[in-house]
Amino acid sequence: MSTQNIEVREEVDEIIEKNGYDDHFHDHHASDKYKSSFVGKYIFSLDHKMISRQFLITGIVWAIIGAAFSVIFRLQLGFPEADMAWLKPLLGKWIVLNDAGIGSISQDFYYALVTMHGTILIFFVLTAGLSGTYSNFLIPLQVGARDMASPLLNMLSYWFFFLAGLVMLYSLFLSTGPFSGGWTAYPPLSALPQASSGSKGGMNLWIISMTLFIVSQLLGGINYVTTILNLRTKGMSMWKMPLTIWSFLVTAILGILTFPVLFAGVLLLLFDRSMGTSFYLSEIFIQGAALENVGGSPILYQHLFWFLGHPEVYIVILPAMGIVSEIMSVNSRKPIFGYRAMAYSLMAIAFLSLLVWAHHMFTSGMNPFITNFFVLFTLIIAMPSSIKTFNWLTTLFRGNLRLNSAMLYCIGFVSFFISGGLTGIWVGSSTLDIPLHDTYFVVAHFHLVMGVAAFFGMFAGLSYWYPKMFGRYMNETVLKVHFWITLIGAYCIFWPQHYLGLAGVPRRYYRFDSFNSFTGWEGVNEFITISAIVVFFTQLLWVFNFFYSMWRGKKVTERNPWHSNSIEWTTPIIPPHGNWPGKLPKVERWPYDYGKDGKDYITQITPYAEGEEVIAH
Amino acid sequence: MDVTLVSKNKGIQPLKFALWAGFASIIMMFIALTSAYIVRHSAGNWLEFKLPNAFIFSTITIILSSITMHMSYSGFKKGSETNYKLFLIATLALGLIFIMFQYQGWQEMHHIGVDLDGNPSGSFVYVISGLHAAHVLGGLAILTVAILHAFSLKYKPTEKRLLRFQLSTQYWHFVDILWVYLFVFFLLFR
Repeated sequence: MSTQNIEVREEVDEIIEKNGYDDHFHDHHASDKYKSSFVGKYIFSLDHKMISRQFLITGIVWAIIGAAFSVIFRLQLGFPEADMAWLKPLLGKWIVLNDAGIGSISQDFYYALVTMHGTILIFFVLTAGLSGTYSNFLIPLQVGARDMASPLLNMLSYWFFFLAGLVMLYSLFLSTGPFSGGWTAYPPLSALPQASSGSKGGMNLWIISMTLFIVSQLLGGINYVTTILNLRTKGMSMWKMPLTIWSFLVTAILGILTFPVLFAGVLLLLFDRSMGTSFYLSEIFIQGAALENVGGSPILYQHLFWFLGHPEVYIVILPAMGIVSEIMSVNSRKPIFGYRAMAYSLMAIAFLSLLVWAHHMFTSGMNPFITNFFVLFTLIIAMPSSIKTFNWLTTLFRGNLRLNSAMLYCIGFVSFFISGGLTGIWVGSSTLDIPLHDTYFVVAHFHLVMGVAAFFGMFAGLSYWYPKMFGRYMNETVLKVHFWITLIGAYCIFWPQHYLGLAGVPRRYYRFDSFNSFTGWEGVNEFITISAIVVFFTQLLWVFNFFYSMWRGKKVTERNPWHSNSIEWTTPIIPPHGNWPGKLPKVERWPYDYGKDGKDYITQITPYAEGEEVIAH
Repeated sequence: MDVTLVSKNKGIQPLKFALWAGFASIIMMFIALTSAYIVRHSAGNWLEFKLPNAFIFSTITIILSSITMHMSYSGFKKGSETNYKLFLIATLALGLIFIMFQYQGWQEMHHIGVDLDGNPSGSFVYVISGLHAAHVLGGLAILTVAILHAFSLKYKPTEKRLLRFQLSTQYWHFVDILWVYLFVFFLLFR
């Protein structure tokens, strides 16, 4: 790949040479560990760009596994009578054959699938895959640093994540199956091995895996915050940072503050499981016997879990918001509308997210006066969220739109964020949440607002930064086909679920035909399942495009293909270790000078021209 | 690799900042546990018992160890090699004594019938003090490395070694203050 580094000197090189900041990085040729061996370069790499790609590819693998799980349980929900014996070679004893030889998914395994789908998608894909990829890749490149503050901790962050994944993967192959009590792992189901087959070894591995994952997140998060606050290049003041960096900063701070709380909760759970303590277990009869535990409170776990669990959904969505803000501005050829308002609302969302955890617990028997407090703060989140939404729309308004795939994904993101966000106001108020709790309405809500939306942010980022990551483009036509099918397909999957939920159909049920209240939805469930299958195979098309383009995609010939202002595009097409071959660029202006003074774009390193107006942003 | 660490602003050194961010997450973990303690405490059915005396001695020990750590640090900075090495060993010894007192405290609790798997009031003390002890063990490992450096390398207070020593010192003071907080907390919420 290094042959591509020979390229013509461009204007930006002259500016960096003239104004840049010489940190004598390239005077030290001693360290060879970044280049030489295969292991040093591709496996135990210390380079943030390689670590980012490791996060990305691991995330993609997990996304395929997690999505495949959802297709299998959707088959059960859409076609409960269908013969599943054809899955026997893959799933073995989890497909139960009846006397007539008709196979069906075992009930224990159905719950395991639902649980693993949630755990994998939320933690491994949308947290590690999304933040891990983009924070690693963009933070040093966009703030003008040679690498992360501690490349070693950065590498460890990836390998802890990898180990967490390995442990979770192993749990899938246990004879008692992986954990099956829902991704929230509420006790007593999760605390008592005798409660279900998934609560045996599978739960132990789930806890180990989560602990490793938390370590990974903390190492990563500490590194991201430190790099952003301490290693910005000359001139890159906080208010000159792209919104992507703002979003990664806020996300990382949120992670540092909340993941330890999940660890505390899971630690107590581990003690309840293996040491006989009663933190979460009160008087319980199980299988005809009374347990010795007294005085525990399962609600205590819910408090600890949701203190992470709620900020976690913002950890998922905030990076996507940052990515969308950046790409939307570039492709509208307009400054982002309300730059500071965007950054402040990120902070406001993060702050409020720490105060609303109990809105997941309205049906847990909370004091209704206390719920008022949580309802109020939950609904206040609508304000920074709508500030962001209106700012995206006003950025689009009268923009000179380039409707490339990256831009389409951004618009898709906003669409999902609106349609999923509006139902957030419904379920955020306790009066409505009590009937809607644990129904498909909630499933529809969070899948649209943080699941599909965050995925679209991820897709947008990959369309846009793929050339910087791999030096080639992905196939644009395939991306657009993928965009339209996924957009329409995702609405086909989740829109009908609102109606199911309003009719009271509960989530996580294995089948509905033994309840008179929930019959009549067979056709809708079939429709959802067929849509899910179509969307799933479209994602495989995307994955094929991703890997194929790595070797066969159109080569990038231009240093700054999107005519963007931010400084990652001033590096060579394939950035070397240390990112800039010579001096570090000096930043002169904010990243959104598009269409200023009749110029299409003015990069961040371009000094102010004589008499040019400095606009306060 | 070191070059990437050169901070462009004149503020705090990046690794020190990272350490403090790490403190923030450790603090959040203990806040979570002590909040859980308060929530469970207010729910009633709470066994009250006297905190073991060993915890008082361990508190005094760890405060002393912080003082010796600081004396070692100022010895290192002011060029007094003897003080640097001597007080570093003293700190490690006091740290080990702290762990022994904690262990004795758990034994005392066991003897008065407060076990890990009994009423949550006891379980909380075991888990929280145990988790803290795990952090002290990490600190002891760091101190051991510092001592190995002190005796194997030639005494030379370079910037790099000063930074490394500062990081070790700050971590040690942190686990000290953390225990004092936890001890006071246990005294206040019986």
